[in-house]
Amino acid sequence: MAMISGASSPLYARRRRRNVITMGLSFGATAFGLSWLVLILAVLLWNGFSGLSLAVFTEMTPPPGSAGGLLNPIVGSLVMTAIAVVIGTPLGMLAGTYMAEYGRYDGLTMIVRFINDILLSAPSIVVGLFIYEIMVAQMGHFSGWAGAVSLAVIVVPVVVRTTEDMLTLVPDTLREAAASIGLPRSLMIQKVAYRAARAGMITGVLLAVARISGETAPLLFTALNNQFWSTNLNAPVSSLPVVIFQFALSPYHDWQKLAWTGALIITLAVLALSIIARFLGAQRKSS
Amino acid sequence: MQSAGRRPVVDVAFDGASIPIDDKVDRAKVLRRLRFGDVAFRNLTRAAAIMVLIILGGIIVSLVYGSLPALRTFGISFLYVETWNPVTEKFGAIAPIYGTIVTSIIAMLIAVPVGLFIALFLTELCPMWLRRPIGIAIELLAGIPSIIYGIWGLFVFAPFLQQHVQPFIIDTLGNIPGIGALFEGPPYGIGILTAGLILAIMVLPFITSISRDVFEAVPPVLKEAAYGLGCTTWEVARYVVLPFTRVGVIGGVMLGLGRALGETMAVTFVIGNAHRISASILAPGTTISATIANEFTEAVGDLYTSSLIALGLILFVITFIVLAFARLMLMRINARVGA
Repeated sequence: MAMISGASSPLYARRRRRNVITMGLSFGATAFGLSWLVLILAVLLWNGFSGLSLAVFTEMTPPPGSAGGLLNPIVGSLVMTAIAVVIGTPLGMLAGTYMAEYGRYDGLTMIVRFINDILLSAPSIVVGLFIYEIMVAQMGHFSGWAGAVSLAVIVVPVVVRTTEDMLTLVPDTLREAAASIGLPRSLMIQKVAYRAARAGMITGVLLAVARISGETAPLLFTALNNQFWSTNLNAPVSSLPVVIFQFALSPYHDWQKLAWTGALIITLAVLALSIIARFLGAQRKSS
Repeated sequence: MQSAGRRPVVDVAFDGASIPIDDKVDRAKVLRRLRFGDVAFRNLTRAAAIMVLIILGGIIVSLVYGSLPALRTFGISFLYVETWNPVTEKFGAIAPIYGTIVTSIIAMLIAVPVGLFIALFLTELCPMWLRRPIGIAIELLAGIPSIIYGIWGLFVFAPFLQQHVQPFIIDTLGNIPGIGALFEGPPYGIGILTAGLILAIMVLPFITSISRDVFEAVPPVLKEAAYGLGCTTWEVARYVVLPFTRVGVIGGVMLGLGRALGETMAVTFVIGNAHRISASILAPGTTISATIANEFTEAVGDLYTSSLIALGLILFVITFIVLAFARLMLMRINARVGA
């Protein structure tokens, strides 16, 4: 009886009301957050698919007012991304290996971890300025190499982070077993630890690719842009994000349409990569 | 696995290169080679780790070196002069700095409460089977490249604000004495407010996922004790979860702030690139990153280029401080949860 009379007192009613309101707010906030994802994807699909055709993948970027495709920026993006991964991945993996296998608790690792976490979220446009200073200004011209290196600088921290995390998860018993049969430490790492952490490390590389395939800011003044077909990495190279930037801000309707199509291609690629990465990551956890 | 088990041990180490184990001379040679390989690999990984530090050092040195001409010419006045005139070569950074800070503040004012409420929903209210899908969806929002937010903001969001939201804001909030000045002027669509709103959408996933992670780290015993006393869900969140995770939440918020300050492409599309400080947040403005992105390739003259690099240096210093603070906070919460 006391409880029932208590439940109807003003204090209880007020607490309950406050709870209902705030829980409603948290429900609303989630709906609000998810609605942006739906809105952005819906607009992107709507505008992007209407321009999607075979010509997009087979023709060069057009001058304003004529038809064309996105072949040269797509190829440019693929080439620069590939080079960036080839440069950035070994560097990041080796650094992550030192941090997890050799110096897990030493001072160098602490400092590198801290700095790496900052590089992970540092503004990418600053990376572009850095590469402009050390490559473009020195060589005297914009180049695909400079673009690729600036993307590699963004790849490194992502790979360092995931490599360290994944190697730390490898059970020490595996390492001890390898050591007990006389395997030198370097071979233990390469033959045992890397194999145990392989799925996670691949996930890290995929995440890094997803990250750089949409990066625009560091390419603006390193790789610049190129209206024409070019495989010369010593010259300016076209890339999908930079072309989207240029075409979207142009007053020409054809160009804007191509920009939407390019945006759709990038988004689908990035989403596919992150879903594959997530799938691989989930596999590792369940096994 | 079966075939690997049958092979001799030294064989495994050398990837199939057969080595006669009974030969004593060769055995010594092999051991020497193994020792050399061991030291070499260790030093290689160490060099790679140091390379990460060199990259950061290189960024700082190159930015300082590149901005020397501008800093020498304008001195400390670079930080508070509003003029940005490429023709007379007079440059001051206060308008982009102001734009960067104001857009980030707008973003945080919206994203922090919304992100915390989403994290609360995900950890306390959401049914188990929905948690993973919603969590993944929020993280996909974080994976969308910023240029997509930019093009969406320019073609969809800004026109919508211009036609439907901004006239309403100007008619209502614009007439309030005092704060009315913040909401005056014609509805451009693009401007400081639009950029701030886009940034809010962009940093929302970061704040949400970090807050969710730290909320989940609260020991269940604490929450159960509070529920056992008869606390409502809100009271548990407000008086148990939040105080316990305060440091981690601050870290997550600072991480989001670091993103917002440095974000380039999404802002460049919708900020309007106007080098002036307006009282109204509906007016066009500029941010540090948008200025660099818009003007760097067209900058003629060493002083112009150098001024833009100096802007980059300022941005890097600000974000470095914010991010370092965020990491220290997150390290503290990890230490506490681990202990």
